[in-house]
Amino acid sequence: MDSVPLLSVRGVCKRFPGVLALQDVSLDLPAGQVHALVGENGAGKSTLIKVLTGVHRADEGEIAYDGRPVDFHQPKQAQQAGISTIYQEVNLIPLMSVARNLFLGREPRRFGLIDLPRMNREASETLARYGVHVDVRKPLRSLGLGAQQMVALARAVAIDAKLLIMDEPTSSLEPREVETLFGVVRELSQRHISILYVSHRLDELYRLCDEVTVLRDGRVVHTGPLAAIDKLTLISKMLGRDLGGDGVTKFTHDRRAALPGPPQLRAEGMDKRNLLHDISFEVRRGEVVGLGGLLGSGRSETAKAIVGALPVDRGSVWVGGRRLARLSTAAAIKAGMAMLPEDRKAEGIIADLSVRENIVLAAMPSLHRAGLVSRRRQDQIVDVFMKRLRIKASSPQQRVGELSGGNQQKVLLARWLCLNPRVLLLDEPTRGIDVGAKAEVQALIDELARAGLAVVLISSDLEELVEGADRVVLLKAGAVVGELAGDQVDEHAVMGMLAHG
Amino acid sequence: MTVPADAVSGRRELVAGFVQRHGALAVLALSVVTASLVFESFASFDNASGIAIQSSFLVIVAIGMTFVIICGGIDLSVGSVFALGGVLAAYASRWGTLPALVVPLAVCGAIGLLNGVLIARLRLAPFIVTLASLLGARGLLLSITDEGASTYLVPRESSFVEIGRGTLWGLGYPVFLALALAALAGLVLQRSRFGQSIFAIGGSQDAAAMMGVPVARMKVLTYTLSGLLAGLAGTLNAARLGSGVTILGVGLELDAIAAVVIGGTLLIGGAGTISGTLSGVLLLGVIQNVINQIGNLGSSYQLVTSGAFLAVVVVVQTYLSRTQRLH
Repeated sequence: MDSVPLLSVRGVCKRFPGVLALQDVSLDLPAGQVHALVGENGAGKSTLIKVLTGVHRADEGEIAYDGRPVDFHQPKQAQQAGISTIYQEVNLIPLMSVARNLFLGREPRRFGLIDLPRMNREASETLARYGVHVDVRKPLRSLGLGAQQMVALARAVAIDAKLLIMDEPTSSLEPREVETLFGVVRELSQRHISILYVSHRLDELYRLCDEVTVLRDGRVVHTGPLAAIDKLTLISKMLGRDLGGDGVTKFTHDRRAALPGPPQLRAEGMDKRNLLHDISFEVRRGEVVGLGGLLGSGRSETAKAIVGALPVDRGSVWVGGRRLARLSTAAAIKAGMAMLPEDRKAEGIIADLSVRENIVLAAMPSLHRAGLVSRRRQDQIVDVFMKRLRIKASSPQQRVGELSGGNQQKVLLARWLCLNPRVLLLDEPTRGIDVGAKAEVQALIDELARAGLAVVLISSDLEELVEGADRVVLLKAGAVVGELAGDQVDEHAVMGMLAHG
Repeated sequence: MTVPADAVSGRRELVAGFVQRHGALAVLALSVVTASLVFESFASFDNASGIAIQSSFLVIVAIGMTFVIICGGIDLSVGSVFALGGVLAAYASRWGTLPALVVPLAVCGAIGLLNGVLIARLRLAPFIVTLASLLGARGLLLSITDEGASTYLVPRESSFVEIGRGTLWGLGYPVFLALALAALAGLVLQRSRFGQSIFAIGGSQDAAAMMGVPVARMKVLTYTLSGLLAGLAGTLNAARLGSGVTILGVGLELDAIAAVVIGGTLLIGGAGTISGTLSGVLLLGVIQNVINQIGNLGSSYQLVTSGAFLAVVVVVQTYLSRTQRLH
């Protein structure tokens, strides 16, 4: 393409308190190009999208759109300029009819009133072009998710979009619906509409996209034609690993031998429509099993399904040889499972409560006597764990919100450990905490496994996964694609399996 | 013989949707038929026109409430605003018919506007804002009437009373006005961009904003409309009574909400019809009338019956919308 690109991003920076979310990001998007944007969690993809669509403003740098510099303050301005966004979650009105959703705000009118027959007819015709044949007078929610996504797409295109940003559009679609979507995307590209396509499904990118930009830690680490880069290299760029390199984690490098006996945790045939497909694996006492895979591969979902936080369609879980009658968080806790969630601010820590209150929260039911909880017993427990996990707080009364990320994570760990769990599921236990604390948490995981716990470790940090786990179960698109054990566990093998498995 | 699960749930959904939309009408028809069979005096023209004129004021208030509830809000101030409108109309009627119409509409519209601005621009909870204006409007009314001690009468010779008392084909003018307003409101709701915006906002405010609906402006408009209609209903009532009665309208907001919800409008917003609201109001009117016919029951039972009705409707509605969502 020798003409001026439709969208040109130059040196964009975006700061949030304490974080540099985007650093000197540049990107060119010619008319009609399908451009893939990839990166792991926290790489800056969503921030970049938000800057492009006017939700955030860039602190530095320039954005030129359609040949002119632009500075969108509001989403509406971006929309009026012809930038449409299709989000992972469909953003339409479920109770309104399909046709009314499609035409909201630009309904055909006759004598000042909405011309219903014409609107319904045009809606049917438009949607038929997208392979959706439905009664457009029915409420949107009566459609499947795929069809809803198509309505969103049709709407976005109909409002004269020149640039379409698609954020994980296929994450909730059936394979057949994905094919239809791809057909539409290709057609749009032929009509010179540019598409910025965000997805974790690499196979899809290779089928659909012309160019790729890889973000990591807020920077562009690679940009170029997709055909010129193979999957393995692409993954290594995303994960930030040059092939080969030394470990600097605090894990002991010798693999632990799992303790004999039946598996402490066994998950079998975990199935959830569009998310998990027949996932099975087991963990023995004293063993750390890593769940590996790219973002969106179903790692966190698997852990959540096991502890009953995500309802599944099928599947069973055994703890200590006994099958859980039903999968619920209460049953999981009772059976001796504990989970450290990925998003500790939203799903774990209660920032306004003290260290003590946070620690004894889960243990309350087992501490009370006739409905009363002895303060002395609480203090004993809190004291033990603050020492054992080396939690740095001025006192047990300190607000948890004032602690560092690493210490917050330890408080959460303590909360579950004082229940004496048999199985520990850790989802990204070291994300967002500083190097020193990271090493301590890693050493702690090691120690806990040695003490006989069965540990499931989820980490995007490949090094942490490879060095921390005795065995690694690899997931891709919600299914197990392979398992590595003992000496097989290294970064090459993991990336190879993710690329080709 | 087995029927595919899809067909079953499809049919159930269809039935659920029908009951949701037309349930009130069906119950209304049933009540009217039953009452006609049981009470001789029920099925007379006089009785019917009595129900019609009594319901017409609530219809006008409930139209505004329908808009407000569909867009996901609530307006508790309409009872007070209704009373305030009546008193202002009676007060202003000394200057002529036009002021008797304009003054209450201007003041009540302004109260609605204030509600709307506080709710949409300052993002305060509709419940609290309109509760405050319920109290405020009532206070304003008391201050005009010396703590309710003085009642303003409409001058006997004023043509203003004609608006409330005049009849055509044996039916009062307010009945025709209420029907005309209902037809207009139905059209606005189904066939105008304003109506579509209200449905969108009530269905999902965030999505509506993302789809380019001017959410705040539409909400302000909706609450202003509700205030205006409540004021209009109060004005008409004053014209009919020939005076501004200060104690009127207490609890009227709850009647309006009940009628709207019985009429199939979802209390959580996003769905509803004016025709349903019309059925809801008439149903409440028929219940009241029937209990008056029984005579020895006393009016307290009217409240009990209306309350029971509302409870049943809300239960059925919740069940129906769950049935539809499960699909």
